[in-house]
Amino acid sequence: MSAGSGQAHFLQLCGVTKSFGGFRAVDGIDLAIGEGEFFTIVGPSGSGKTTLLRMLAGMETPTSGDILLKGKRINELPANRRPTCMVFQSLALFPHRTVGQNIEFPLKMRGVGASERRARCLQLMAQLRLPETYYGKNVTKCSGGERQRVALARALAYDPEILFFDEPLSAIDYKLRKVLEKELKDIHRETGKTFIYITHSLEEAMVMSDRIGVMRQGRLVQVGTPQEIYERPVDKFVSEFMGEVNVIDIRAGSNGRVVSASPPGEFTAPPLPAGFATGHLVVRPEFLRFLRRPEEAENHLKGTLYNEYALGSRIQYQVRVGEHVFTVEKLRQQAYEGRLDDEVLIGWDARDSILVTG
Amino acid sequence: MTSVTTTPELAERAGGRAPRLGRVVWAPGRRHALPVLALLLVGFAAPLLAVIWFSFLPPRSFDLWQGLSLENYREIVSQTYYRSFLWSVGLAVVATATLAVICYPVAYGLAKLFGRWANLVTLLLVLPLFVSENMRLYGWVLFFIKGGVLQGTLESLFGVSLGTWLFTPEMIVFGMVYVYLPFMLFPMTLGVSMVPREVTEAAGDLGASRLQTFREVELPLAMPGIVIGCLLTFVLSVGAISEAKVLGGQSVIVITHDIEIAFTYAQNWPLGAALSVLLMLLVGGLVLAVLRRFDLDRILGRR
Repeated sequence: MSAGSGQAHFLQLCGVTKSFGGFRAVDGIDLAIGEGEFFTIVGPSGSGKTTLLRMLAGMETPTSGDILLKGKRINELPANRRPTCMVFQSLALFPHRTVGQNIEFPLKMRGVGASERRARCLQLMAQLRLPETYYGKNVTKCSGGERQRVALARALAYDPEILFFDEPLSAIDYKLRKVLEKELKDIHRETGKTFIYITHSLEEAMVMSDRIGVMRQGRLVQVGTPQEIYERPVDKFVSEFMGEVNVIDIRAGSNGRVVSASPPGEFTAPPLPAGFATGHLVVRPEFLRFLRRPEEAENHLKGTLYNEYALGSRIQYQVRVGEHVFTVEKLRQQAYEGRLDDEVLIGWDARDSILVTG
Repeated sequence: MTSVTTTPELAERAGGRAPRLGRVVWAPGRRHALPVLALLLVGFAAPLLAVIWFSFLPPRSFDLWQGLSLENYREIVSQTYYRSFLWSVGLAVVATATLAVICYPVAYGLAKLFGRWANLVTLLLVLPLFVSENMRLYGWVLFFIKGGVLQGTLESLFGVSLGTWLFTPEMIVFGMVYVYLPFMLFPMTLGVSMVPREVTEAAGDLGASRLQTFREVELPLAMPGIVIGCLLTFVLSVGAISEAKVLGGQSVIVITHDIEIAFTYAQNWPLGAALSVLLMLLVGGLVLAVLRRFDLDRILGRR
């Protein structure tokens, strides 16, 4: 699955910091990205991910720290002399130029002859499934998905060693986004280039990435493979960022069990690390089960079925336990047979829950 | 990936039958345009037609109802009026070109760099507009005249004495540049501010040098503003008269000056009218040619 386990020190960041006035947008990032890796930086808006990317692309200079590409410091190297290229959120296509002229732009800047430019352009258009007839079409007349492909083709024409993506799919409707996500991953495979992608959607990151870095308030909270981040989030923030989860605030109880105030109860859980008295118990909606008898699971809670939502192949249920709302998710084939406002028993086993302290 | 477009035929078919005439005339848009239409008819079309009519009347006549003649145009062609035309157009071209070069960096600064200082700079540039143009031009005369502010100061401080720079064609251009600066600067600033920052960044990111980015991306995208600024200053400069009279001291006679003479001292309204018509044709033709060359909609990517 991972194509990027080659050199570990292809792109290296050492304590990279960017301050605007007194505000640290990016705060001491240490990171190493391997050649050919598809690395995604995820974070909510304002977490500093765009600023980080702009420093890597050469549009901002770090306040402190170093950026090393193949061991060479590139902090001050301007964007036009870096072997990197960016696909912007706005795509930043040249509106006064045709599709062909847009894609050929980096080649033209390099002084490549017209016929060679055209040949390379048509080759890229074929690779990105843009019809040849689009060569002379004005980019402003292309659809969203087509423009996306033109922007990617233009970046590939530059033949960069690293491609940066600044949320290019955020403005595209869901269905097309799903198609383009897969296409992007295919392109990554075909070109073997290093892709560094930023997004606020962990779902998007999961689909495409070899590794994911989760950012919050200018810092990297966790770096790991999608599976690692899914299974072992380091704190409540990361686990909640993963999608809808059920979180119960707990403290240490007797016999290695944990105690919660809301909903009131005592649960079997993974052990609290030494030195911690409180934490959060995270249970994913798909790991919660409807029980017939309390003994069917290690932990159980009694509540009322408040509502249900059909999510295509899955169904989501909202179960209220006192003030607390739990989300339960089941495959359609395993739908819960019952009526709203029924008294229900939900439960889970300790091994299906995660205990985080942060 | 399919894009839904509405073709004119489709829209027409959807609109159905042809509406009645009364409804066309009294459509809200047209009804609301009536005051402006009336004003344009009385204030713009009528005087224009009067000037055109006058230009075909016999020389030195004031009576509107006479036989028409081409005598005025014959007179213009046989005399040396072409020199005045050339001076007017030449001075306007030089002034417009100078303004374009001076204003681009300032426009770039106003649109991209000055930030919150941009408002102050704009205010300082607009402020002189509140003083009458002639007043400001005479101010420059006092500044540049022999024994005036500039030379008096130089002479008393350093003992150097320079001849006067006043009453030269260069000084006329200076006056035009000074007076028409805002008319170039503000459309240009608008043009430059329409260039998205990310697009210029993308050009650099794709390997373009600063100069290449300027030539390939910034300049073409800012072109609508630049063209509008150039047209405004050119048209105003061709029609300018005070600069040539006050700062130029009649060292050269521009066409507007000729027109004024014809209407006043010479009491030859038909000749003045004919000169005006020719000037309008000249300027109008140039403007149309430029607008055709720079299709603003196409530059803006609207078509």
